[in-house]
Amino acid sequence: MNTANKDIHNTDDHLQKQQQLETLKSIVADALSEAQNQGATACDASISKSHGFSVTARMGDVETIEHDRNQGLGVTVYIGQKKGNASTSDLSPKAVKETVAAACAIARYATEDPFAGLPDVDKLAKQIADLDLYHPWSIEPQQAIDIALQCESTALEYDPAITNSEGATLNTHSGAQVLGNSLGFLEGYWTSNHSVSCCVIGERDGAMQRDYWYTVARDHADLDSAISVGRETAKRTLRRLGSRSLSPRPCPVLFVPEVARSLIGNFIGAISGGSLYRKNTFLLDSLGQTVFPEFIRIHQQPLLTKALGSAPCDAEGVATQTHDIVSAGVVNNYVLSSYSARKLGMQTTGNAGGTYNLTVEPGQQDFDQLIKTMNTGFIVLELIGQGVNMMTGDYSRGAAGLWVENGEIVHPVDEVTIAGNLKDIFRQIAAIGNDVDHTSSIRTGSILVENMVLAGS
Amino acid sequence: MDETSLLTTAQQTILTPADIQQSDIDRLMGELCATQIDAADIYFQSIRHESWSLEDGIVKEGSFNIEQGAGVRAISGEKTGFAYTDELNVNALLEAARSARAIARSGQQHNHKVIYPKQPVSLYSADDPLLSLPTEDKITLLQRIDRETRALDPRIEQVMVSLVGVHETVVIATHDGLVSGDVRPLIRMNISVIIEQNGRREKGGHGGGARTDYSYFLEENRAMEYAREALRQADVAMQAEPAPAGNMTVVLGPGWPGILLHEAIGHGLEGDFNRKGTSAFSGRLGEKVASPLCTIVDDGTLEKRRGSLNIDDEGTPTESTVLIENGVLKEYMQDTMNARLMGMRPTGNGRRESYSHRPMPRMTNTYMLAGESEPEEIIASVQSGIYARNFGGGQVDITSGKFVFTANEAYLIENGKITRPVKGATLIGNGPDVLTRVSMVGNDLELDSGVGTCGKEGQSVPVGVGQPTMKIDGMTIGGTQV
Repeated sequence: MNTANKDIHNTDDHLQKQQQLETLKSIVADALSEAQNQGATACDASISKSHGFSVTARMGDVETIEHDRNQGLGVTVYIGQKKGNASTSDLSPKAVKETVAAACAIARYATEDPFAGLPDVDKLAKQIADLDLYHPWSIEPQQAIDIALQCESTALEYDPAITNSEGATLNTHSGAQVLGNSLGFLEGYWTSNHSVSCCVIGERDGAMQRDYWYTVARDHADLDSAISVGRETAKRTLRRLGSRSLSPRPCPVLFVPEVARSLIGNFIGAISGGSLYRKNTFLLDSLGQTVFPEFIRIHQQPLLTKALGSAPCDAEGVATQTHDIVSAGVVNNYVLSSYSARKLGMQTTGNAGGTYNLTVEPGQQDFDQLIKTMNTGFIVLELIGQGVNMMTGDYSRGAAGLWVENGEIVHPVDEVTIAGNLKDIFRQIAAIGNDVDHTSSIRTGSILVENMVLAGS
Repeated sequence: MDETSLLTTAQQTILTPADIQQSDIDRLMGELCATQIDAADIYFQSIRHESWSLEDGIVKEGSFNIEQGAGVRAISGEKTGFAYTDELNVNALLEAARSARAIARSGQQHNHKVIYPKQPVSLYSADDPLLSLPTEDKITLLQRIDRETRALDPRIEQVMVSLVGVHETVVIATHDGLVSGDVRPLIRMNISVIIEQNGRREKGGHGGGARTDYSYFLEENRAMEYAREALRQADVAMQAEPAPAGNMTVVLGPGWPGILLHEAIGHGLEGDFNRKGTSAFSGRLGEKVASPLCTIVDDGTLEKRRGSLNIDDEGTPTESTVLIENGVLKEYMQDTMNARLMGMRPTGNGRRESYSHRPMPRMTNTYMLAGESEPEEIIASVQSGIYARNFGGGQVDITSGKFVFTANEAYLIENGKITRPVKGATLIGNGPDVLTRVSMVGNDLELDSGVGTCGKEGQSVPVGVGQPTMKIDGMTIGGTQV
């Protein structure tokens, strides 16, 4: 976004941030030595601190200004194989001491767990690469309000059918993460996150529909303009006016990127350590097994500069991995922390805390070509409810979208469900679009699934 | 505990250690009211939270968390300025007050006279539930549940038990001089089992909670009742066949299936959406929105219930609000801001997740009053349909009115009899008309066991739901059998 405020890498700010990071590191170091003094045989501690504000404009006027300032210290102690956690929002030396004491008290009561413990020392990140994740935005609330107002008014003025609004919001936050453990690891870095989002309501024949759009980036210079977000919000709301339900039928289903991400998220959940060692997954023992068609590749790229899902190390300080999770349709890597890896007799994959920039290899077709390929079927624009049984893979969720016949969008649809089993859904992926949304930490194009059951009335 | 000592306890817990006096609160309020505002409040909160979890037969970990801080809010018309601090000192609070008041520009007087309103008789004990059981006994309890649960069925592969306790203290000061306090206990237990039979694995879970202490789980052998119920649900799932797809008559069981009410009409009747005209129920007060069999209330005054509060997070005493009476929409749920802007009265529904979140209209315990039909008679009246007994979560789009809730225990009804269990499926409907199709209401009102958490705009708060057995003539079942 182009505003009068240029993002200047102010040397003073840089120095000040370095100093703050050193202060936070010293608090973490104090917590670690305190834990060892209190009898911990191993420990880790982390601080996250963030500050920023958000403004919302609604119906042409400012509605809210919220200032945030968060901080928290989390301490995990091990007394032998017994583990305890405690956390506090107070970083004073007294509170740190008390928090460590609370964690130790819990560890004394916990049961011995042979798999508990810090990561193996050779897995820890050797260096914290600068991934260019910190771009503070020196914007005043009034400028932020002006941007939000511009975004919302663009959406409201786009078409007379847009009649109401949930508002437009600008959010800007910066934060520091610091992590240390008794193996000598002590690292930290700053990140920033800025977004502009909008949600408006349209009305036709007495029925209202809403939709939203947003832009998000580490660096405000990479945000889409407020006008383009407003315009896209209006278009998305308009295409849903006149929605109606459909009678039950099996049909192909095309998930747009914003909802296709959730299918990939379901897959990651099913191959995550916690689900695997608890046997709470429909993809038990799937390592080396074919789960997707051969053309599917899902790779993790944690070290992309400026990306939203980037991190030099995971929540345990383990180096994050650039590798294929799925290649040629086969599960190549699980998603494991040190603990779940030990439970499974494996090695950590550096995924304590989740995955980092998953990319589903895009196909050749754009969204319009995918609609032609589908020919007749349902485009999912929104999913509501949970409706996913991770144990069995049974899938049944509320949906809204567009009905397509002979390669053309016929009418918008709501009050329907789509159902199937995730194992079948993954196997029946017919195509991945090239319409990849690069701003998400799960980067995928639209996903076309050959057959699901749609129900409505 | 009487009302004044509740406030005193709250003040001693939060304000005294931080050395914050009434004169400091006056000064803060003066700063907040230095601009043209309609309302302002300061919300002090301290939360102690613990959790213990067992799996693989051992208590693997526990956690303890202390959080405290204050949220400062200034309101001018429809505008809200909000800031918070987790440093409880006068300078940090003054800075927050200056940030919050920037929402409005010119000045106005505030009331310097402090008023301690008469608070209702407490619905729960102010004692700290975390201290209600020695730590050893918490561990022993979890281990005993694990042992006794595993002994119930040889098919059990995994037992997971969690125990959570929260002790929350709040002091609320408002621009008109009111100072109120509350001390709120909350406990929760959850038990999940995984069973395996002929290579098929299924899961069941159940739990409960209340605003009381841990002895609640030992009374009436509640903990093992949760375990037996979790096992029963897993066993039913083991026999379930694919669910039908399409429009069918649905009979909902009593208790937790009341999340239908929470999703279908509850959110749509929250004041903020109606003030903005973004709810499918906007402008419909006095209209018929449900069958005459339906009377639905939101009641924050039920003793010890998870969704209950002595006062809401703006200091308004909670109450039992009739939302729908004999099918007619009577009232919205309001916080003070939306009530003022709509010319209505606050209903004690102003709630917030914590000091770092803004209050907004939220539900407490939402339920439908009992009707007259015997539950058996309701089932017997259905030729072909679905009986849904247990649900996972739900969600609503308040603007279009479309809502879902996901059945995880359901059966076919064939010729007036419950026959085979079917797999979990999402049910979808339209909030403003689903209750017009309620054709029978049972005499068996039940409230849920104390497990509900409601999310709205990123804020979670504990809530309750309930209903009697209820028959709906037509809802979409999202199964796979066309």
